[in-house]
Amino acid sequence: MKLTQKSTEVKAGALGLSRRQFLKNAGVTTGGIAAASMLGTGMVKKAEAATATASGPVEVKRTICSHCAVGCGVYAEVQNGVWTGQEPAFDHPFNGGGHCAKGAGLRYHTHSHKRVKYPMKLEGGKWKKLSWETAIAEIGDKMEEIRQTSGPDSVYFMGSAKFSNEAAYMYRKLAAMWGTNNVDHSARICHSTTVAGVANTWGYGAQTNSFNDIRNAKNIFLIGANPAEAHPVAMQHILTAKERGATITVADPRFSRTAAHADVHLPLRPGTDIPLVYGLMWHIFENGWEDKEFINARVWGVEKIREEAKRWTPEEVENVTGVSRDAVYAAAKHMAQHRPGTVIWCMGGTQHTVGNGNTRVYSILQLVLGNMGVQGGGTNIFRGHDNVQGATDMGLLFDNLPGYYGVATGAWQHWSRVWELPFEQVKGRFDQNQYLGRDPMTTPGMPCSRWHDGVLEDKTKLAQKDNLRLAFFWGQSVNTETRQMEVRDALDKLETVVVVDPYPTIAGVAHRRSDGVYLLPAATVFEGEGSVNNSGRSVQWRQQVVEPMFESKDDLEIMYRLAKHVGIADAWTKNIAVIDNKPSPDDIMREYARGMRSIGFTGWSPERVKAHTMNWGDFSRETLEAPGGINKGETYGLPWPCWGTPEQKHPGTQILYRTDRNVNQGGGNFRARFGVEYEGESILADNSASKDAEIQDGFPQFDDQLLKQLGWWDELTDEEKKLAEGRTWSTDLGGGIVRVALAHNMIPYGNAKARCRVWTFPDEIPTHREPLYTPRRDLIAKYPTHDDMQVHRLPTLFKSIQDKVISDNLDKKYPLAVTSGRLVEYEGGGEESRSNPWLAELQQEMFVEINPADATDRGIRNGDDVWLEGAEGGRILIKALVTPRVLPGQTWMPFHFAGVMHGEELQYPESDGVSTKPYVVGESANTALTYGYDPVTQMQETKASLCQIEKA
Amino acid sequence: MATMKFMCDTKRCIECNGCVVACKNENETALEWGIQRRRVVTINDGQPGEASISVACMHCDDAPCMKVCPANVFSKTEDGIVLHDKDRCIGCGYCLYACPFGAPQFPKKSAFGGKGKMDKCTFCAGGPNTEAGSAEEKAKYGANRIAEGKLPMCAELCATKALLAGDAGMVSDIYRERVVGRGHPAAGWEK
Repeated sequence: MKLTQKSTEVKAGALGLSRRQFLKNAGVTTGGIAAASMLGTGMVKKAEAATATASGPVEVKRTICSHCAVGCGVYAEVQNGVWTGQEPAFDHPFNGGGHCAKGAGLRYHTHSHKRVKYPMKLEGGKWKKLSWETAIAEIGDKMEEIRQTSGPDSVYFMGSAKFSNEAAYMYRKLAAMWGTNNVDHSARICHSTTVAGVANTWGYGAQTNSFNDIRNAKNIFLIGANPAEAHPVAMQHILTAKERGATITVADPRFSRTAAHADVHLPLRPGTDIPLVYGLMWHIFENGWEDKEFINARVWGVEKIREEAKRWTPEEVENVTGVSRDAVYAAAKHMAQHRPGTVIWCMGGTQHTVGNGNTRVYSILQLVLGNMGVQGGGTNIFRGHDNVQGATDMGLLFDNLPGYYGVATGAWQHWSRVWELPFEQVKGRFDQNQYLGRDPMTTPGMPCSRWHDGVLEDKTKLAQKDNLRLAFFWGQSVNTETRQMEVRDALDKLETVVVVDPYPTIAGVAHRRSDGVYLLPAATVFEGEGSVNNSGRSVQWRQQVVEPMFESKDDLEIMYRLAKHVGIADAWTKNIAVIDNKPSPDDIMREYARGMRSIGFTGWSPERVKAHTMNWGDFSRETLEAPGGINKGETYGLPWPCWGTPEQKHPGTQILYRTDRNVNQGGGNFRARFGVEYEGESILADNSASKDAEIQDGFPQFDDQLLKQLGWWDELTDEEKKLAEGRTWSTDLGGGIVRVALAHNMIPYGNAKARCRVWTFPDEIPTHREPLYTPRRDLIAKYPTHDDMQVHRLPTLFKSIQDKVISDNLDKKYPLAVTSGRLVEYEGGGEESRSNPWLAELQQEMFVEINPADATDRGIRNGDDVWLEGAEGGRILIKALVTPRVLPGQTWMPFHFAGVMHGEELQYPESDGVSTKPYVVGESANTALTYGYDPVTQMQETKASLCQIEKA
Repeated sequence: MATMKFMCDTKRCIECNGCVVACKNENETALEWGIQRRRVVTINDGQPGEASISVACMHCDDAPCMKVCPANVFSKTEDGIVLHDKDRCIGCGYCLYACPFGAPQFPKKSAFGGKGKMDKCTFCAGGPNTEAGSAEEKAKYGANRIAEGKLPMCAELCATKALLAGDAGMVSDIYRERVVGRGHPAAGWEK
């Protein structure tokens, strides 16, 4: 018998259907009584007891929330080395003391008994405790053995957006010293298409304004973003703007919790962002609402966009997107009449086979409206994890070195100089052969989204020597990757699986192995110190709250021990002090700040960053600037680019490409990144530049030649001249070129137009292509996907899958469109947040949202168990949430669950006598989600697939 | 002297459950799995008109729970906070019948036992007859932030500053300013 604690429900029935109450009333995991008995005796209490008894003087530490990239500040109260209390940081510039559910429950992460407490190894089907020394030695020896037989590329370094900047940088450097580009992290499946699409439009691939600046917007257009659940504290700023008169338009297939606060909701069919935005631009061009002056001065290639938009008539947009023509017109008119407006997007836009096109079309919309480089405008692209911006900046990517230098030879030479290592030594660590005509050192590696293909694919089709044989899963939940059945097969096939994480994660439990799995307990971010970049490019310092718990170790220490074992530690830490096996975060920051000239990290220093963190209250919540105090005139967190040296005290750049300010005060213009002309046409800016620039017109990026042409070469000191000869602003380690450019109030990276055409991409302008698994076969002929192609090391399928949908009638067999997204209580793969009982209690079931019409057709009632089968046959047993939140023909699932596969629970190891199984487990949405990757970045498609649902 | 009140601005509440978790975090010593002193209730879920409100004990001026309690466990502090004495509570549940907000919780673990002693929001003011900040108070009632000169954690950590707590006068001042700023004729409660 299960008791249902209805007594404490707040009259749910009378008030209407609520997701959360529905779940608590549904079945075994009902709140209160039943759940407590289900948990077993005293598990929760035991953990709590540890904190209840702590006493002694209270020490207060400043840290930053470890969940999304808003970067909320936290005061952590520590007593006798135990984190006993969390106080609101009312003076913090971003959150003003506010937190969502995740931020409000941070403290639990440090003492969760669900954590892995010591190094463990699966041997003969049994989990065994290891010492750190043994674990490192065994893993290191295996790495060396693989290197001998298969080369360095058969080791995979999966990293994490939970790393501090310092750990992210050192992890990328570790892979470099090992001799591979097979290193990546969840930015691949988060905003990789943004970084590629946006950087190729105007120079940098990051959020252009800040969370706080949204307060200045007159119109807010959210497309594929649901901050009420994914970035709740951002809503503080969005709702403030609304209270000041801004209107909110939400384009989302679902009536999301953000849409509930919007003035207009545009429910587009999944995967039709490009037609919708062209539909908006059709009205803008038709009515002459574009900002002609802005376009003439600062935008290149609009004519092609105008031609394409002409094809997207209101009728065609309505046909393809499903959004009514009146609603599209009203939204366009509103944007035209309320400027500046900002555009906000997240994974609803990025996680598509057309992701790079989506991010470009959103950017182009803002260019056409003249909303770039102004307060209240910009593209506010919310990053997902607390340091995914930082980890991306640090080049923890398969195709980059720190600072977006790429992996071409020039990039390696630059970084070899920064590391003060001979280039030949760095190069010597790589496989020197070519595969499929590609050179491993200069070819991007295996993407986070498809490492499993690197394990399973026929090795003759790979542009490297052999399959992946050993993989590190260092802070990454692999249940966030689509095609979970293949992920599981790959985990089985790898020779060695190494999970470095506070929790076992799904990589540690989803396999069907009896040997060769290591769990190394990493400390959480609260158990070490370091810096972290929020989505708005501001850097913040985390003080260490407590010592690493149990036998866990800081990421940097684990890396160091490993590097030492495989003989690369000396090169890896050449200019970095190592104290007690731990490389110094301060030294690391100094090293990368020196090298990452391309995004203006050179103005950062540990001292400056800490001075900001220790003086939150000095910065205005309206402007993010300090009106006085030791950081007077600076912007909180020195948002990059922060030019010059730390001593020059550049304030940071809150708003990118802002011409109404001097570059020395955070001004700028679009970056000259793509040369000075294309097909004989200049792409430099026209009679426009940042305030006070000595040349009020377009100019190329600064290098030694330009300085000489301008007659400014002799403004360099002799020392600077030596270093600047033959260099550009981004590779001149002396910094002289930048210094002279700034002295003339000119931005070092040049001054070009933003470009609407990216001639190096498969689609020069954003082009609608139907999803591979489309429910609209009638549109395939008109809007077909790409042909199959080889992307870097992996073959990538497009047309052959879309053809199969037709030939096998998959759209008829799986008639429901399916998308996935976030819940506020959980984050990412959810292993950490589902192991926090305060959060787990609020979301106890994996579910699918289905419209009442589709549910009724299938005899499904709210709360029923259902089988959802994806178009590639992945089946998951979950609950049905019948709700009008999704339209007929569409369904939605949260992606944070794991621990159950095809209806069967996975086995979690015990650590120190306590099961590491999270309080809540469930089927992973990605077991049902399918193939599909962006051709530029290998982003996975999670937002437009097909499924069928039946009553279980 | 103050009169302590909660108020939830439904135009700002985004159903993020930050208040619920803040309460669990702060009062964890007195709470267990399944007991939530604060809840977020949503109406018209998934449809136009969807709105959420965070609800706990409202610390009523004329509290119905006080009127019906046969064991007379309720008392009101001079700040208007309604507290309950767990030592004398008999777990009858009358207060739940009386409460218009569903605030009282009954944390009994066993299926066939009684309801256990009533638990509810204390406005982070601990218990009526325990020493402020003592281990006993922590175990029975949770935090006593009022004694430390702080306000309830749920409101202090609210993501969008929807949930307000404090002296009734100050709460209405803040809300009044918002309403004026929004310029809504219906005091911000209607579109």
